Parts: sequence; C-alpha cells; structure tokens
Amino acid sequence: MKTLRHQDVVIAGGGWTGLMMAKELGARTGLKILVLERGKKRKTAGYHAAMDEIDYTVSLRMMQDVAKDTFTFRHASGERALPMRQHGSVLPGSGTGGAGEHWGGSARRFRPEAFQLRTHFVNRYGAAKLPAGSLIQDWGLTYEEIEPWYQRAEELMGVSGETGTNPFDPPRSGSYPLPPLKAGAFPALFAATARAQGYHPYAAPAAILSQPYTNPDRVARAACEYCGYCDKFGCMVGAKAQPTTIAMPVIARHANVSITHSAAVRRVLHRDGRATGVTWVNERGQEFFQPADLVILASWTLSNVRLLLLSKIGEPYDPATRRGLVGRSLTHQAAGGVLVFLDKPLNGFMGAASAGICISDLECDNFDHGPLDFLGGAFAKASTPGLGPIGSFGVLPPGAGATWGAEWKRASLEWYDRVSRIILMADHFSYETNYLSLDPEYRDAYGDPLIRMTMDWTDNERKLRTYAVAKVVALARQIPGVQHVRAPAPYGHYDATTYLGTHLQGGAIQGSEPETSLLNPWMQSWSMPNLFVTGGSAMPQNVFANPTLTSVAQTLRTADALVRRYFPKPGSLA
Amino acid sequence: MPRRRHFLHVAATQVGGALVYTLSGEAFRAVAQDPKASLRIRLRFFSEQQALIIAAAARIFPTDAAGPGAREANVIVYIDRQFAGAYGRDRFRYTRPPFVAGKPEQGYQGKETPREIYLDGLQKLGPDFGALSPEAQDRKLEAIERTRFFQMLRRHVIEGMFCDPMHGGNADLIGWQLVGFPGPYMSWASEFDQHDGVAFHPKPKSLAQIIGHPVKPWDGES
Repeated sequence: MKTLRHQDVVIAGGGWTGLMMAKELGARTGLKILVLERGKKRKTAGYHAAMDEIDYTVSLRMMQDVAKDTFTFRHASGERALPMRQHGSVLPGSGTGGAGEHWGGSARRFRPEAFQLRTHFVNRYGAAKLPAGSLIQDWGLTYEEIEPWYQRAEELMGVSGETGTNPFDPPRSGSYPLPPLKAGAFPALFAATARAQGYHPYAAPAAILSQPYTNPDRVARAACEYCGYCDKFGCMVGAKAQPTTIAMPVIARHANVSITHSAAVRRVLHRDGRATGVTWVNERGQEFFQPADLVILASWTLSNVRLLLLSKIGEPYDPATRRGLVGRSLTHQAAGGVLVFLDKPLNGFMGAASAGICISDLECDNFDHGPLDFLGGAFAKASTPGLGPIGSFGVLPPGAGATWGAEWKRASLEWYDRVSRIILMADHFSYETNYLSLDPEYRDAYGDPLIRMTMDWTDNERKLRTYAVAKVVALARQIPGVQHVRAPAPYGHYDATTYLGTHLQGGAIQGSEPETSLLNPWMQSWSMPNLFVTGGSAMPQNVFANPTLTSVAQTLRTADALVRRYFPKPGSLA
Repeated sequence: MPRRRHFLHVAATQVGGALVYTLSGEAFRAVAQDPKASLRIRLRFFSEQQALIIAAAARIFPTDAAGPGAREANVIVYIDRQFAGAYGRDRFRYTRPPFVAGKPEQGYQGKETPREIYLDGLQKLGPDFGALSPEAQDRKLEAIERTRFFQMLRRHVIEGMFCDPMHGGNADLIGWQLVGFPGPYMSWASEFDQHDGVAFHPKPKSLAQIIGHPVKPWDGES
C-alpha cells in the first residue's frame, strides 16, 4: 500500500457535509484539505442533457452503485439479513455532491424541542409516556445555539420561504433570503381548504431559488424554471442548491482544497486514541494510505457507521446487553402519501420538487398528546414536484380492478394528470431494537462486510401514522372538486423495497455525555478528538422534517469551531 | 462468435404518427408515410421471441378507440435495447451469492437475471402465443399475472410507451401525445401558474429536439 503525501485534513465523502466542510476550512485557513469521493466527477453543466425519466428515475443514474455496495436488512435480531439487491427505501447518491445533487431541496428547520426531545417529553407528559424500548435523547445542543448556523445555511443555499405565516416556525434571527416558490394549482386548493378547517398553511421552505440570487460567498445562481426534472435529477440551471453549485465554486477559488474521485475510503487508521489517516482504494483496486492530522467522516449514515465498525473505533452496539454506541439509535422516517383525485387537469408535468404548501399543526408536539397513546407527529405537504409520464401513468382511485388491458388503459387515461399527492413525513424515534452492525455473510466489491440494518416499525409509528393519515384524509375530502381520496395502507412491518426518503439517521449519535453518545455536540468523537463524523448519523432520533438543512447548519457550526478553537489548540471542543 | 443479425420489419404506417381526435373524442393516428414503406430495425437482443413480446405488450397496452398502444409506440424496440444493455446484463443489481429466499420486505432475492426471467416467461407463453386470438392471449396472461416476469413486462411496456424516443420506444412521441406530456422543455416559469384547471398541452418534443443534438442513453457505466 502506497503512502501518500500528508494532508492536514482528510474528508471521506464529497456530499453536502463533506464539501461544505471543505469549503469553510479551505476558505478560512491555509490548511491542506483533501476530499475523497467514491463516485465520479460531476459538473452541473451536464445536467441539461439529463432530463430523461428512464436514465434518472428508472435506472437511477445518480445513485450509489448497488452492484458494488449495498446494505443487508432484517426486521429483528436473530433473523437472517439479506442484501438489498436493488435500490429501495433509500436512494444514497454517488459522485461529486452525493445525494445533495438529486435531493428535492426541502429545507425546514427542526423545532426547538427537537433538540431536547427527551427533556421536553418528560417535562410535559412524564417519563412513563415515552414509548417502550425507546432511546429518545437530547442532542447536547439547543436551538438557540444552532440558530445562527441555520440562518447562515439558508443564506448560503438560498432558501425560498414565507417569513411569519407559519405560527409553528421556530424563532428566526432573519427572514428567509428569498420569497417562496410559486406553489401551483393543487397546493392552492389545499391551502384554502386547510385554512377553512383551522389549519395554518404556509409555503414550504425550499433550497430552490424563487429569484436570481447571489449568496454571501458571491456565488450567483439563476431562478427555478419549474421544469419538472428536479427530484432524482441535478438542476440544469443551478436553481436547486447542490454541493456542486454552493460549495464547489468556492472550493475552486482555494488551491489548498483538492478532491480525489473514484476513491472509496475503507478504513480509518488509528493509534493510541488518535486517527492517523484513512486507507482508500481506486477503481483499479489499488490501495493507498492517506495520512492526515484530522479525519472527518462525511459519507452518509450507512457508510459513516460502516467505516467506524470496520475501523474498530468505539464499541459496537449490542442489543442484548444494550452496551456499545456504534450503530445504536438507527432511525428512518415514517412517511406516506395521500392521493387526491380531482375533477380537473393539473398540468402536473410542471413544478419543482419541494414547491408546495405545508401544514405544521400535526407535527412533532404541536398538538397535545395527553389523551393519545403515542408521541410525535407528521407534517403534511401538498406539492407540485413535476411528474413524468412513466411514474404517473396508471395511478388509479381505490377499487380500480384491472392493472393491464383495455379497461386499465381507459381508466389510466381518464385519471392521468388528475391525481395529486399530500405527502406526510412523521417522526421516527430511536429504539433498542433498531441498529446497524456488520453483516457476517455478504460483502462489497472490495471484500469488506456490508452494513446490516436491523429495523422495524413499532406501535408508536403505526399509531402516529394512522392518526395523521386520518386527519389528512378528512382534510382532503373537503378539497373542492375532489372525486376520490386514497390513503396509504397502515404500517405493518418496515418495507425496505419501497422508497421512503433517504433520511436514515443515527448510528453515531451526538449528545452531552460519552456514556450515551459516541460524539460530543460538535460531532467530534469523545474518545478520538481528531475524528469528526458529520451528517444525519449524529442525529439521536428522526424528527419529522428533512434533515439536510440541519446537517449543513451543524457542519457550518463545527467548521467555525474548528477554525476558531480546534486548529489553534487541537483537542476536545466539548 | 458473431451473433446472427435479427431485424424487425414494420410498415411505416404502423408505428408513430400524429394523434388527432374526432369531435366525439375518439383518438386516431394520422400517418403521412408512404403506405408501402417499411421500417427495418435491427434487434440487438431478441430474435424469434419478438412476435411474442409484441403480442403480449399489445394486450397489456392495447390499441383501441381510446388511442394507440404498445404496437404504435414500438415498445418492442425499447424492451430489446434494455435487454441488450446494462439492464439486461443485470448491471443494476447486487448479484453476489448466496441467494436465499426472504420476506417480501427484503425484495427480489433470486439469482435469475432479467434476461433469464424473460426468456423463461416467454417460453411459458408458448411459441404460438402471437397467433392466438386476443381472448386466448388474455387468458394466458391472466394465468401468469402474479409472476415476476409479467410484472416486469408490464412495467417495461409502460416505460416503452412513455420513454424519450432515444430509448427506442414512444415512436413519433405517440405515447406523450396520448397523455398530453410535452417532454423536457427547459422552462415553464411563465406557464406554471397560468393554466389552473385547464389542460395545457404544448406540442411534445424529445430531449434531442429540445437541446439540438442527439443524446445517448446511459450505458450503465459512465
């Protein structure tokens, strides 16, 4: 194995948190910083030739190469995990920008109580109300501490939103940098109906530009064209915030930052409680050792936790003894879509992935759970994401019989472009039974064990989702012109084959005490102070909202602490 | 060993065309081509199975008073190119052993590749499937509609109906004309909130027509 030239900082993963960290450290210090990205080099200039439903939503061109690396899945300890042989409940990205290129741009802040969730629930309802077997924890961080970094993240990404209309919007030090996106026909109907029923609709905050915008880094971008090729695509005009359009232009100004592509990190090497660097392998199978003073894992939940386990850093979680912290507190997102069939065409081919109208009345702890037998909630959003004909042909009202042939064709043509969706995203708390570990049987293209996910829903998610779906169905039935409403089937067991959202979280969580968290509130290893693990893996539980904005805000906060405090005097930031 | 070349011969008037509607809302295709002209399309994967696939696809998405179907969209060409390429080679799947039957929530765990599943499924439909009456064809398809083969075929027919023509199907954008999908126009910024409740159907254009040069489908690698 060849040893490469020493770097001050090495970052595993070139997605949102890796590239934002590289940008900040590169611009604010003279340190030598290297990003290792397993995927190929991508440029936004190529995205206009990529408006194709087959290559991008069927063949999933922007995603992790599942032939080389996937995860194994089972519902419970003791069962045999099997590899997810095709993409399913999550769509991790690959290449410059990672999943930050194909994401939808939903950019909501978490509510203040989300950061002290255990304290909040216990104070309001008492400890006995916490779901059985749950591991709900505080973050070791308050909303007030992260607020300036939310504001900064929104300004860098260019978040379009409506300041002051959502009574549940947490306190803000400034307004949204841009006015909201246009929401479209169906969300307007949803908003009017929701308001009449006492809900508080507002324009969904989106990291998609409603107007041309130049951010504080002097990066200028064009406004959204509502082209409809958004979720699972890279934006061809750069209106959707992506690491290639936010971080890369700044990185390009700083010669001290470099990126190596097709570089899959395999291990963090360490000695005497200090990381010494990482090993990585290129496409031809050649392996290298990259020494560095500071190692940052920024490769998304599954890869971050797998690297920790493969590198034997920290104690693996054991559900039998409940000891160990690596892999513990794995969460996903309870989600669902209520289909609304209307009497008029919607021209649904136009739109932007995260444009739409939300209500927050049913999310988190925004309603009293005293009389209810679950905790948590869901936000609901009527959206106009831009729909292609392959994905939207054949979506039929409940009770439609035929799935092929003349009758099916007739019904599909009748309902085509007259169906819209209200999306629900719900809390998923951490439990003793849901965790990550290394698979004993299946291996990746380099011979390393796949990461193994042990995960199932509990009664809390089932009840919470049923409650929220019933409320949204009742709302949807009042929308003018509604013909049918189709609710998602109630949750049975976790289904790894159906897309839920790429919001797997936990496995390397942060907190205020080393006994219950692997990382301190700066996403810094308690036991190995020159190792940081960024992104959703640090989140102790999954709270209803898309995690990207919070991940970026956390990264900016940690980058600032590195520049101000760590580099002058390396050591624990906590 | 060089593979024998197989060609698909179809009358030019049989595929594509411009879709128009009668006053009573019946769809029919207007075709400008010479009725004697024929298209000769080289098949890259399927050979003797082609007639079978065309017949089965036409039962899934038939041609009728509601408009054109799988035949007119040349869905067979889409399916053939998918199977000749990365998808057919099982490029988009983790294929390491052991192969163990699992729960539905763990997804397809079989060893069989898309090509194997198709060739097996087509064999089960029988070599004379194309010559059967539509009713008899429907009965055969009903008998297998829960199989993985049928579910794949159904999905591929929808994809071939509505894909960008660079992938081989949706001839003359007939599928997009049928549903009123305009294709990958680069901007709807001035239209997005202007047509509430009223169908807005600009003339469909393919990706190549819009960006002004041909685009190659992804090969599964680059």
